[in-house]
Amino acid sequence: MENLIALLIGAPLLGAAVLLLGGRRLDRTGHWLGTLLAAASFVIALVLFVDMLGKGAEDRALHQTLFTWIPVGTFQADMAFQLDQLSMTFVLLITGVGTLIHVYSIGYMEHDERRRRFFGYLNLFVAAMLLLVLADNYLLLYFGWEGVGLASYLLIGFWQHKPSAATAAKKAFIVNRVGDMGLSIAIMLMFTTFGTFAFGRVLEASDQASEGKLTAIGLMLLLAACGKSAQVPLQSWLGDAMEGPTPVSALIHAATMVTAGVYLIVRSADIFNAAPDAQLVVTVVGAVTLLFGAIVGCAKDDIKKALAGSTMSQIGYMILAAGLGPIGYVFAIMHLVTHGFFKAGLFLGAGSVMHGMNDEVDMRKYGGLRKYMPVTFVTFGLGYLAIIGFPGLSGFFSKDKIIEAAFAKGGTEGWILGAVTLLGAAITAYYMTRVMLMTFFGEKRWQPDAEGHEPHPHESPKSMVIPMILLAVGSVGGGAVFEFSGFVEWLEPVTGFEHGHAPISAAAVTAATVAVMVIGVGLAYLQYGRGPVPVVAPRGSLLTRAARRDLLQDDFNHAVFVTGGTHLTRSLVYVDHSLVDGVVNGTAAAVGGLSGRLRKLQNGYARTYAVSMFGGTAVLIAATLLMRAV
Amino acid sequence: MSSMAVHSMWTTAAEPIAKIPAPHIEYTQLSPVLIVLGAAIVSVLVEAFVPRKGRYHSQVFLSVAALAAAFAAVVGLAAGGYGSTKAHIAAMGAIAVDGPALFLQGTIVLASIVAVFTFAERRLDPADHGHKVDSFAAEAAAVPGSDQEKAAVKAGFTTTEVFPLALFAIAGMLVFPAANDLLTLFVALEVFSLPLYLLCAVARRKRLMSQEAAVKYFLLGAFSSAFLLFGIALLYGYAGSVSYATIARVVDGSIGSVDPALADTMGNDALLLIGFAMVLMGLLFKVGAVPFHMWTPDVYQGAPTPVTGFMAAATKVAAFGALLRLLYVVLPGLTWDWRPVMWGVAIVTMLGGAVVAITQTDIKRLLAYSSIAHAGFLLAGVIAATPSGISSVLFYLGAYSFVTIGAFAVVTLVRDAGGEATHLSKWAGLGRRSPLVAAVFAVFLLAFAGIPLTSGFSGKFAVFKAAADGGAGALVVVGVISSAIAAFFYVRVIVLMFFSEPKADGPTVAVPSVLTSLTITAGVVVTLVLGVAPQYFLDLANQASVFVR
Repeated sequence: MENLIALLIGAPLLGAAVLLLGGRRLDRTGHWLGTLLAAASFVIALVLFVDMLGKGAEDRALHQTLFTWIPVGTFQADMAFQLDQLSMTFVLLITGVGTLIHVYSIGYMEHDERRRRFFGYLNLFVAAMLLLVLADNYLLLYFGWEGVGLASYLLIGFWQHKPSAATAAKKAFIVNRVGDMGLSIAIMLMFTTFGTFAFGRVLEASDQASEGKLTAIGLMLLLAACGKSAQVPLQSWLGDAMEGPTPVSALIHAATMVTAGVYLIVRSADIFNAAPDAQLVVTVVGAVTLLFGAIVGCAKDDIKKALAGSTMSQIGYMILAAGLGPIGYVFAIMHLVTHGFFKAGLFLGAGSVMHGMNDEVDMRKYGGLRKYMPVTFVTFGLGYLAIIGFPGLSGFFSKDKIIEAAFAKGGTEGWILGAVTLLGAAITAYYMTRVMLMTFFGEKRWQPDAEGHEPHPHESPKSMVIPMILLAVGSVGGGAVFEFSGFVEWLEPVTGFEHGHAPISAAAVTAATVAVMVIGVGLAYLQYGRGPVPVVAPRGSLLTRAARRDLLQDDFNHAVFVTGGTHLTRSLVYVDHSLVDGVVNGTAAAVGGLSGRLRKLQNGYARTYAVSMFGGTAVLIAATLLMRAV
Repeated sequence: MSSMAVHSMWTTAAEPIAKIPAPHIEYTQLSPVLIVLGAAIVSVLVEAFVPRKGRYHSQVFLSVAALAAAFAAVVGLAAGGYGSTKAHIAAMGAIAVDGPALFLQGTIVLASIVAVFTFAERRLDPADHGHKVDSFAAEAAAVPGSDQEKAAVKAGFTTTEVFPLALFAIAGMLVFPAANDLLTLFVALEVFSLPLYLLCAVARRKRLMSQEAAVKYFLLGAFSSAFLLFGIALLYGYAGSVSYATIARVVDGSIGSVDPALADTMGNDALLLIGFAMVLMGLLFKVGAVPFHMWTPDVYQGAPTPVTGFMAAATKVAAFGALLRLLYVVLPGLTWDWRPVMWGVAIVTMLGGAVVAITQTDIKRLLAYSSIAHAGFLLAGVIAATPSGISSVLFYLGAYSFVTIGAFAVVTLVRDAGGEATHLSKWAGLGRRSPLVAAVFAVFLLAFAGIPLTSGFSGKFAVFKAAADGGAGALVVVGVISSAIAAFFYVRVIVLMFFSEPKADGPTVAVPSVLTSLTITAGVVVTLVLGVAPQYFLDLANQASVFVR
């Protein structure tokens, strides 16, 4: 059975290789091949899943070692995979949602002449993401980590003819490099501390290392997670990443890749458990990001950017939960999976809307679309209800658990974190209701585009609609399935689990969650549901204006890092030119001058040479005698 | 001298001598030297009796065959264990047969073979009056520009005497690093020096310059020989013997009994130190160390280029071999006296060679100064005074000699109407016209500069490492600084060749015969093999690094 693990990765990798190297002759069939191989990977995942269910909880992990990847002295890295319950969860999410999005892309990218390449990149992404979650050591995980970074870069910049897309891709890549540096430092620290970076051996030995070292490793892992999962302070790339085609936003920048940071932290649970300071920082980052993303999401008029803010915020929930330790790990993953369903569904819905609206993304130019695209409306609406935590839908179960766990953290921290998560839930309900109302309700506000084409909103083709329906089913039922099928017991052997003891009862938390949701929805309805929505955005409050500029993240980065970096390099160049070059050139000139003088001693007369020899011998003799004398 | 001593001398002399022991010579173990010496004598006979037309081919064949046989003999002796377990002193104490001797003899013979190929090259210049010409004068005895010379050229004379001269020189060089007493050392020195003086004088082009170089070399060589001989005399006065082993034992005090005839001088440290300094000077002259180096640029420039290559490689190997044996076998008890002095010499040699090379404009002079700098690097290894110091110097010598012969062989190819175009300005843009030749020369230059993946790096690394391990860290620092300075002028030539516009009246690159091609190929191959996979040869040098005492 374990021999199938390599096939999981192998299928999409083969697809990527064939599609990217195959050339134009695959233009007509390439997308089918890519979809088929993603589906094949999903089928293999299902087979492995069924097999895993048939085993006892402790025997479920599978291992496969292909070969020794880098053998250098004591530095041993294996090309080896580990499939346990945590990895399995991710594999099903990645291949399942991945396959649906492949299918969706067949319709969405139909008129793009580079569709074959697009599917090649998608396959490459799926392979790299699977490698990331299946690796049995941190170095191989790093390989997958960089692989998804590459795929993300290629896909954000897929429409490279648009300067904004090219810039966004570059921005995502560079910001991610900061996080990647954290991961590489963490791996180096692990190697110096434990002499290995295999999960099993690092995590087993993690109680033997000093807490200081573990905190350092934990913080570096958190930095990595911040980069990949768009958490404060490395969040700035995610909004721009929406320049990529919408299926990419759904798969990579909502459902899977951006959750890799959560995976990394949950995978390294033993390290964080032994480093409470690092854990605290994790929860703080999660809490700050969950508010940050939510506030940004309230102000954006671009439907995809509003959803991107929401993604950031929801991942903030997951990171926060992961920072809570054993009381939160399982719920972080649970929210991750339910979020994978409803956020992918929401993005596909947004893509469907754009498809029908001449690629318009400004929600102020939508309005009343429910009549024109009923299926999109229903599936989007179900995703909406799931994300705001409507009782019974998937988001309700997972988010409620995180809020409970936050309170259960205990002490002042617990109260603060609990309050933040509740506040986040209210804002979530507000901005999602806003999106919903502006897009599907009210009067139609669309106008002819620059070339005078009046948009004709219509329902999308079947290949796009069916994935949306399937994801909506997941958004509705996912939470309940997890809640009642024993997801906690499923993950517990890997992540560990403890029941939190909240200072207030679970029922009270649930009631509060529902209450704040209702408040959020109500506020949004008052603002956007009762009157017409202005086509041109009003100036807004100071906070609104700041939120439209992503809370000044780019201004901050520009002022501090770009300007600062430019000044630093300028001054270094100055020092290089004046001081370093001066010394170098001065030395060279001095040596050259000396050379010219010494050269004159070589005057061609044998008598001079003889004198030199005679003098040399005299010095030699004198020196020898002198050495004896002293 | 006291009357007692005189009396004893009389009585000793008056006693009947029972038997004079016949000298016992191990001919097999001396076979490398004997083969080359024998071939040299046969070669003289060839000059005397073989008709002019057949001489060139006979001489080339004879020389190469003799050197190949000598190499086989060296390998045979090494395989027979004479480099390690059976190492001993042969020929009544005159010659050592041991690891370093055999390693260096092997190196000298191999370098000589490729050097002889360049001697025999006759394709570089167009035929003169229908006769193929090589690098040597038609009739060396004729006054340059005279009618006699013109007649000799017209008649197609060639100086095939260079082959027997080279063979004699090689024989002397083979003995030099194996010499185990001071007299043998001196005789070997003269045996290889005198033919070299002559060889320097026989260039076909720029004959006056060639003759000037020869005269200078001869005068200064004689001058240094005088010092060396005087030093030998003083050392004899000190130890009562010219044998290395005996001197060593007197130095370390294990022989204390005073020969009555030398009662006044024996054991006198002043004699030892002054004598040592003078012998040292004789050897430093041959290796071209500052301040005994001044002959080098003039002679390297004036001598026929094949001879320059041969000299620069083989002489250096032989002289460093002799220097090593002197310092490690004769004077280990004197290490604390000679090391500081040698430090000074090594430093001025490294820096002097590298610094003055910067402003050179002639490629042959540039290589001459480069060889001085390299002598300094080698001295750093010598100073290490450890077994790894010996092996690193052995390795360096093997690597260096092939780079040098190869580089000078390339110099013979770049020609214009006046013969070799040695002025650096003429080399501008060579890489555009003859990329292969320029690339090969670049490989040699990089090896000189000690860039990794060339033998120069392996050698320099071994030498510097030995020096650092031997407590000469400061010397290594100076060595690295000198290397940096030296890298400048090596790379400058590469820049000149590849990144300058070729001149309109630039030189042409002659297409050599298979002989020079072989030489250059051997140089490149050895340079790269010793650079990429030096371990086998380092091990070989390591095994060969024990002197017999």
